[in-house]
Amino acid sequence: MKQSVSITVNGVEHTQEVEPRLLLVHFLRDTLGLTGTNVGCDTSQCGSCTVLLDGAAVKSCTVLAAQADGSEVTTIEGLARNGTLHAVQEGFWEKHGLQCGFCTPGMIMTAVDLLNRNPHPTEEQIRHGLEGNICRCTGYQNIVKAIQYAAEKAG
Amino acid sequence: MAKYVGTSMKRREDPRFIQGKGGYVANISLPNMAYLAIKRSPYGHARIKKINTKKAAKLPGVIAVFTGQDLIDGGVGKLPCGWNVPNIKVPTRWPLTIDKVRHVGDGVACVVAESAYIAADAVDLIEVEYESLPAVTDAKQAAEKGAPVVHDEAPDNVSYTWGIGDKAAMEEAFKTADHIVQLDLVNQRLIPTAMEPRAAVAQWNAATEDMTLWTTSQNPSPIRLLLSAFTLGIPEHKLRVISPDVGGGFGSKIFHYPEEIITPWVARKINRPVKWVSTRTEASTTDSQGRDHVTHCRMALKNDGTITGIDVKTWSNQGAYISTFAPLIPTALYLTLLSGLYKVKGIWGEMVGTLTNTVPVDAYRGAGRPEASYLIERLVDIAARELKIDPIEIRRKNFIPKNEFPYQTPVAFVYDSGDYGALFDKVEQMANYKQLRADQAEARKKGKLIGVGVAGCIEASGPAPSAVAGSLGSAVGFWESAKLRVHPTGKVQVYTGSHAHGQGHETTFAQVVADELGVKPEDVEVVHGDTAQIPFGMGTYGSRSISVGGSAIVRASEKLRAKALKIAAHQLEAAEEDLVYDQETGKVYVKGSPNKAKAFGELAFAAYTAHNLPAGLEPGFEETHFYDPANFTFPNSAHIAQVEVDADTGEVKIQKYVAVDDVGKVINPLIVEGQIVGGIVQGVGQALTEHGAYDEHGQLLTATLMEYAVPHADMFPMIETGRIETASPHNPLGVKGAGEMGTIAATVTIANAVMDALAPLGVRHIEMPLTPEKVWKAMQGSK
Amino acid sequence: MYTPTFDYYRPKTLDEAIALLGKNKGAKVLAGGHSLLPAMKLRVAQPAALVDIGRIKGLSAIKAGKKEVKIGALTTHAAVAASAELAKACPILCETAAMLGDTQVRNRGTMGGSLAHADPAADYPTVMIALEATMTAMGKKGERDISAGKFFKDLLTTALKADEILTTITVPAYRNFPNMGGCYLKHRHPASSYAVVGVAAMVGLVDGKVGRVSLAVGGATVNPVRCSAAESALVGSAPTDDAIAAAAAKVAEAIANPMSDLYATADYRIRLATVMAKRALMTAAQRAM
Ligand SMILES: Cc1cc2nc3c(=O)[nH]c(=O)nc-3n(C[C@H](O)[C@H](O)[C@H](O)COP(=O)(O)OP(=O)(O)OC[C@H]3O[C@@H](n4cnc5c(N)ncnc54)[C@H](O)[C@@H]3O)c2cc1C
Ligand code: FES
Ligand code: FES
Repeated sequence: MKQSVSITVNGVEHTQEVEPRLLLVHFLRDTLGLTGTNVGCDTSQCGSCTVLLDGAAVKSCTVLAAQADGSEVTTIEGLARNGTLHAVQEGFWEKHGLQCGFCTPGMIMTAVDLLNRNPHPTEEQIRHGLEGNICRCTGYQNIVKAIQYAAEKAG
Repeated sequence: MAKYVGTSMKRREDPRFIQGKGGYVANISLPNMAYLAIKRSPYGHARIKKINTKKAAKLPGVIAVFTGQDLIDGGVGKLPCGWNVPNIKVPTRWPLTIDKVRHVGDGVACVVAESAYIAADAVDLIEVEYESLPAVTDAKQAAEKGAPVVHDEAPDNVSYTWGIGDKAAMEEAFKTADHIVQLDLVNQRLIPTAMEPRAAVAQWNAATEDMTLWTTSQNPSPIRLLLSAFTLGIPEHKLRVISPDVGGGFGSKIFHYPEEIITPWVARKINRPVKWVSTRTEASTTDSQGRDHVTHCRMALKNDGTITGIDVKTWSNQGAYISTFAPLIPTALYLTLLSGLYKVKGIWGEMVGTLTNTVPVDAYRGAGRPEASYLIERLVDIAARELKIDPIEIRRKNFIPKNEFPYQTPVAFVYDSGDYGALFDKVEQMANYKQLRADQAEARKKGKLIGVGVAGCIEASGPAPSAVAGSLGSAVGFWESAKLRVHPTGKVQVYTGSHAHGQGHETTFAQVVADELGVKPEDVEVVHGDTAQIPFGMGTYGSRSISVGGSAIVRASEKLRAKALKIAAHQLEAAEEDLVYDQETGKVYVKGSPNKAKAFGELAFAAYTAHNLPAGLEPGFEETHFYDPANFTFPNSAHIAQVEVDADTGEVKIQKYVAVDDVGKVINPLIVEGQIVGGIVQGVGQALTEHGAYDEHGQLLTATLMEYAVPHADMFPMIETGRIETASPHNPLGVKGAGEMGTIAATVTIANAVMDALAPLGVRHIEMPLTPEKVWKAMQGSK
Repeated sequence: MYTPTFDYYRPKTLDEAIALLGKNKGAKVLAGGHSLLPAMKLRVAQPAALVDIGRIKGLSAIKAGKKEVKIGALTTHAAVAASAELAKACPILCETAAMLGDTQVRNRGTMGGSLAHADPAADYPTVMIALEATMTAMGKKGERDISAGKFFKDLLTTALKADEILTTITVPAYRNFPNMGGCYLKHRHPASSYAVVGVAAMVGLVDGKVGRVSLAVGGATVNPVRCSAAESALVGSAPTDDAIAAAAAKVAEAIANPMSDLYATADYRIRLATVMAKRALMTAAQRAM
C-alpha cells in the first residue's frame, strides 16, 4: 500500500508515492537528497533530525512522511535567505557553537523555533529549550552564546 | 612574529555545517546502492546452534544473506590487536562470530537488500537458535575461579597482566608512613556516544579491482593497513579509505570494526555499492566502550601531608574481545600516570586485563588518564580531610617544583614542563577560593550541603616516540605526516595525516601554515581523511594532532622556506646567509635592503616554471615531513567546582565551575576553550549521570538514549576557563594538547565537590555516577 | 529505526475513524505519534494499521467555561503550555505541559495520546487524577464519560475500547473558585526526560485552613495513585510546614508495589514522592492564598 504525499520543502512542493512507514527524515534525506538533517538516535532523544514542520520544531525521525502531507517543511538547507545566513546560523559561527557539526542542524532549527516563540530568552530558558537536543562535543556553552547572539542581533 | 597563531579565528569548516552541507558517510548515495544490516545477538553469552537464513533470503528486495562462516570462506581475516603487551592472549575475533556470541550486539549474520527498511525486515526473519550460557560482566569477578569462560583461548579470562614502578620503594613508603589512606573504587563503564553513529559505504570497481571505502574513522590510513594486511586482503594500492566529515569520535572511532570489513566484502561479492549505517542501539552495543576498572589503591603520607607512596592494583574490563588498542589504555596510559602532579618516590601499579561478556572496551576520551587522575585525586582529597589540611595546601606541598622539569617520575614518564603553583594561584584567584570556603561555612550553618571540589590533573598527550611505543607493545609508530603543496600561484594545500572530527584542524593548521610561510590563512586549504590524497598518517587520538601533526607541518614548512631561500638567493644574486625570510609577509629579502625582495607567490611560480633555478635544484614547490616526536607532552590542569546537594533527595546541582589549564602554547584560543569546555561537560557526565550498566546475564541496561544519560544543556552554569602557558620543549610549536584535559579533570573535580558537600555527614566515598539515589542512600547510611 | 509495514488511513471524521478501527483488526489510533512511533521504530509495537486522526477537525480546541475547561484530545502539549485560557483557569496544566518532554515533543504530542497511552512515567495522567478530570470517549455506540479515577487500568492500559477514541478532557476551572491552588512537580529522568516521579497537588483553603486537597503521585506505580491518607491528614489544618510535612509522610501508604529500575529503586521512588509531595503541597497552598 503506497500513499501519495505532497510536501512543500524549503518552498518547493514535492509530490511522491511513499510507503506509509517512511519517516519524514528519510523522505528528506533519501527521497529528496536533503542530507543536512541528521539521524543520531532511534528513540527520539537526540534532536539531530529537527526540522520546522509548519513553523514548529519537530523531530523528523518521529513523524511519518504521510503525516506531513500538505505541510510546509523547513530544513537547515532552507534557512539562509538569498545567500544571507539566518541570525542563528551566524551566531553558531561567531560563537564557535559547533565542533563536529553533527548536532548542529537540529540545534539551529530548535533555536529558530525557540526565538520565534520567545525572542529574548534568558540563559535558563535557552538551556531548557535545548532539552530535546544532545550535543556531545561543545558542552552546550557556546550554543547558548550563539543563541544569545542571534537574539541580540534581532534586537 | 606570530600573526595568526594565538588568535581566535572563526572556524573555516563551519559554513558547510551550519548550512547542512556536512559530508558525513551516511549522506553518501551512489547509483545502484544496496543496504546492509547486521543480525546481532540478544544474549550476553550463548552458543550458536543453528542459523536459518531461508526466510530472510526469500523476502522480496533481499539480495543476499551471509553468515560468519560465509565471510571466512570468502577470505576475511581475524581482527588483530595493535598493542601487544608481553604474554598477552588475544582471542580470535572474526568479523561475524561463528561459534558463540560473547556480548549483546555480537554480529552473527548480515543481510543486503534494496533498501534499509527491507534490510531491517529481513534481519528480523533470520532465525538463530541459541543455547544460552552463564555470563560474567565484572572485571574482577571474571578473574575469579569458576567464572564462566568467555574464550577457550583464555580459560582464566585473563588476557594479560602488567606492572610498573618501584615496588620496593612503595613497600618501604608504606612501612614508614604516618598515615595511610585506603580506597576501593570502581571507574564505571561508559558509552562514548559520538552523535554520529558509525557508518560505512563501499564501492567496488570490478574492472580495475579497486575498492573505495568511506568509513567513520579517526585514522583512515591505519584502517587501510589493517584491512589490507589482516582482515580484507585487498592490497593497499588497490584500496582507498576515505574518512570524510566525521561526527565526533572521542576514541570510539579509532578502532578497526567488523562492519568496515563486512561492507566492502559484500560490495565486492554482489558487485554493487553497499551502505551500512549503525542505529544508536547498535552503536551502544558495538562501538568500543570506555573505562570500567575495579581498583584497590592506597596512599602513604607523612603527618604534614607529604605523599610518600602510592600502591595500585586494578582489574580492567576489556570486554568480550580485545579491541584494537585496548591493552594500551590501562597500561601505558594509566599506570604510567600514577605520579600525578606530585613528587612521589614509592609508586607501584599493577593491572589485570580480563575478558567478560560485555562490549569491548578501548580508548574513550581521556583513555587511562582520567582513571589515573580519579584515583590519585580522590586519595589526595581523602588524605587532606583525614589530616585536616586544606585540599589545595596538601596538593601544593607535593607539587613537582617548576625548576625540576624535565622531571622523571618513577613510572616511566619524563614530564616536559609545568608550573603547578602558578596554575593553582590562577584557579584560586579566578574562583575566589577563600570566599567559596567562607560561603560554604555560612551555608553549612543553615543546614545546606554546599561542596567545593578541587582537582589537579596531569595528562600525557601525543604518545611518543615510535621506538619506545614499539618496545611497549605497539604494532604501529606514533609519528605524523604532513605534505605541503604550494601551487604556482602561491596558494597552499596541506595534506595531513591527522584527522578532524570536530577539533577544527582546517582552521588551526591553516593558522600554523600562515605564520610559517607568511601567507594568509584563507590561502591555505587543509586536506585530511582520504588515503588517496594524504601521505600515510596515524590519525587523531590522544590529543596528538597539534603536537605531532602540527609539528610535522612546521617541519615541512621549514623545508619549503629553505627551498624558497635557495631560489631567492639565486634570483637576487645574494648569498643565502644574507637573506631574510619574513614570515609575516612571505617575502624573502636581502638583509638591510628590504626592497631587494621576492614575494612568496613569485618564488612559488619560479619553482614551477623552472626557468631560473639554481643548478641542481628540483623544480616544484612541495615538501613532505614525517615527524616522530621525541616524547609525549604533559598538559595539566587545576579545576574548582562548587555544588549543592539537595539534602532531601540527593540531587546534585553544579553552581560554579572554574577551570585553569596549561595546554602549552595555544594556536586558537576559541577552539581550545571549546575543547576544554566540551571535555569538562563530558567528564561531568561520568561523574553524575553516565553508566553503561549490564545485568548478570550480560544485558546492557542502557542501550538507548532513553536510559543512557549524556549531559543536557540545563545541567550546567557557564563554565569559566583560564589558562597558563608553559611551552613544551618537546616540539617546535611549544604546544601540548587540549582535547582531553577537560574530561580528565572534570570527573574527579565534581566527585570531590560532592564528597566535600557530604563530609559533615561523614560520607567518605560514593561510586560514580553520583545519581540522586546513590547520594541520598549514602547520606542515610552515614546517619 | 525502521518500523514494520502497516496500512495507513487518514479519516476526515470521527465516525469514519471509528468505523476504520472497527474494520481493521490490530489497528491503532495515531495522534501525535510520539509514543506510538518510537515503540514501532524499536519494533516493540507492530500494529497492522494506523488510523491517523490528526486531520479530524474540532479535536484540538480549548474551551474555558466558568466551572470547567474542555480540552480537545488532539491539543498538543505546546498548545496547552501556551494557552491563555488554561493559564487563567487551570494553570497546573500549563505548568505540566511546559516540563513535559522537550520542545519538539511538545510540538507534536497530544494530551489525548498521552492519556490513552497511560505510560507510568507520563505527566498528564497524574495531574488528571489530582484534578478529578473527566475523559470523554466516542465509540460505535456513541459518547461516554469516564472519570480519571476509572480511566487508568493498568500498565499502558486504559478503560478505552479498541475502537473508541478519546475526544475531550474536562478539567475544573479551579482558578475561578475561591482560594484554590495547584502545583505539579516532576523528577525528570536524566536521559528520557519522562517523570521518574511526578506529584500533583491541589489545595483549596477555607478561612485559612485546608478545606479540600487532592494529591496524586505518578511514576512510582504502574498508574498514578491518589494519596488519601495524606489528604485526610491535611484537611482541616492550617497549611503550616509541619502539617504539610506530617501529611506528606503518609504518601508511602498509597504506594503499593512500587516500580524499580536502574535509575531509581522502589525505596527511592517513595522517598522522592514524599519529598515532592511536601513541596508540591506547600506551593499549592501558597498559590491558594
Ligand atoms: C523524546 C520523548 C520524550 C517524552 N517525554 C515525555 C515526558 O516527559 N512526559 C510525558 O508525559 N510524555 C513524554 N513523552 C510522550 C509524549 O508526551 C507523547 O506525545 C504522548 O505520550 C503520546 O501522545 P501522542 O499524541 O504522541 O500519541 P500517539 O503516540 O499517537 O499515541 C499513543 C497511544 O495512544 C493511542 N491514542 C492516541 N490518541 C488517541 C485518542 N484520541 N483516542 C484513543 N487512543 C489514542 C494510540 O493508539 C497509541 O496507542 C515523550 C515522548 C518522546 C518521544
Ligand atoms: S534522530 Fe530524531 S531525535 Fe534522534
Ligand atoms: S558539535 Fe558534535 S555533537 Fe554537537
